[in-house]
Amino acid sequence: MISIKVSKLTKRFKRFTAVNNISFSVNEGEIFAFLGPNGAGKTTTIKMLTTLLDPSSGTLSLNGADPVKEKNTVRKSFGIVFQDPSSDDELTAYENLEFHGILYKVPKKLLKHRIEELLKFVELWDRRDSMVKTFSGGMKRRLEIARGFLHHPKILFLDEPTIGLDPQTRSHIWEYVKKLNKEEKITVFFTTHYMEEAERVADKIAIIDHGKIIDIGTAKKLKKDTKTRNLEDAFIKLTGHAIRDEESTPAENMRMRIRARNR
Amino acid sequence: MGAIYIMWLRQLKRYFRSKSRLIGAFGQPLLFLLALGFGFGPVFKQAGQGDYISFLVPGIVAMTVLFTSLSSGIEIIWDRQFGFLKETLVAPVPRLKIMIGRTLGGATLAIFQAIIVLLLSLFVGFKVPDVHSFLIALMFMIFIALIFTALGTAIASRMQDFHGFQLIMNFLVMPLFFLSGAIFPLQGLPKILDIIVRLNPLSYGVDGVRGALSGVFHYGLALDLLVLASVAAVLLAIGSYLFSKVQI
Repeated sequence: MISIKVSKLTKRFKRFTAVNNISFSVNEGEIFAFLGPNGAGKTTTIKMLTTLLDPSSGTLSLNGADPVKEKNTVRKSFGIVFQDPSSDDELTAYENLEFHGILYKVPKKLLKHRIEELLKFVELWDRRDSMVKTFSGGMKRRLEIARGFLHHPKILFLDEPTIGLDPQTRSHIWEYVKKLNKEEKITVFFTTHYMEEAERVADKIAIIDHGKIIDIGTAKKLKKDTKTRNLEDAFIKLTGHAIRDEESTPAENMRMRIRARNR
Repeated sequence: MGAIYIMWLRQLKRYFRSKSRLIGAFGQPLLFLLALGFGFGPVFKQAGQGDYISFLVPGIVAMTVLFTSLSSGIEIIWDRQFGFLKETLVAPVPRLKIMIGRTLGGATLAIFQAIIVLLLSLFVGFKVPDVHSFLIALMFMIFIALIFTALGTAIASRMQDFHGFQLIMNFLVMPLFFLSGAIFPLQGLPKILDIIVRLNPLSYGVDGVRGALSGVFHYGLALDLLVLASVAAVLLAIGSYLFSKVQI
């Protein structure tokens, strides 16, 4: 069963093409890593898959539904942890999760149970009644991850979920993702800049750069293709050494500044 | 129902937790009420128009609803900026419900504030005749709140950042308020001003609140209601359409 199918997907903004004619598919129950340098088109692709942005051309299918035409059906089938902060600073940690649970129609009893379990899991249970604005960057990140796990969707998008977290927390979180994936057959689509995470967790990896997919396959295949010994070397060989700047909107700039301040 | 309720509740929680917002919300209407009311009172009386405070209070009440509901609608920009908007936009809930929840939240707060202002005005000698007239005034306040929350939502759905915000406050909110009959009587206005005032939906809201509380309507209860209900329907439709098209 194919869970995510993308064909000839393109997204053009006024000045540049963020995603340029890409095609790939992810099978049900697979863990898929989408890797690329800053500004490669990862987040734009995720936005199109998750109905936040309409593509310029190409077709998409999530769990058999079209994110452009069947937005409400598609929205029922996935969960997402965004790259930028997206919790309400003026609500408490608990309220943020409760809000999410109600929007996603998690039954009341189960919701209470899961909120407690997840807040304990990300070690924020003691801070459940604190306003999110009093949290550090890492704490906010953990809260958003907990929120992403709150309802168990068919497909889970994780856009750089572990950014800014210590190795302990990161490995802790990946264990949980693997457990969800195994026990509930949840398809996982994630991006990261930590190559060892991708190598350890992903069944399949796609490398994207300048809006195009350069290589796709298992970590083993990518290493073989590039004749390198680890994924990091394979990645650099495929994408080059140049350092990228992220093309960003004023809103994203401001969020980044806020995030930097909170760290 | 769950989604609408939780959107509504969120706005109330945020509002009552922000002390500075609470103070700011009452400061401005009170300043207008006291400064204009006592400042122009003597002139108004000499011109044979009666008690200016009694005339002014419904205008200030309408202004309170206008300011609060428009800024509640505009709050979407804040949510966009701080990222929370995405959380609501990917949720498996029709955007219409999200918009309804937000609108009801904004309208509730606007009416809450307006009622407080009305209560405070009792201390400077304003009189509410009876419960019945209060309820009619309340109905007009609800219409004003719905109209301007929806307008705020429509505008904010098209805005990417804060830059346009000040522009809106200066070129939309202030003219709406000053050209609505909130602070001056509508009889015998110069022709051009009269036309402008007639084109401003807030004029009918002010007239409705004032008519309900004083018993004297300028445009008439029926016309006020008709205009407000139509404008509300149109703006709610436009607001929900634009909100459903928001992309990030």
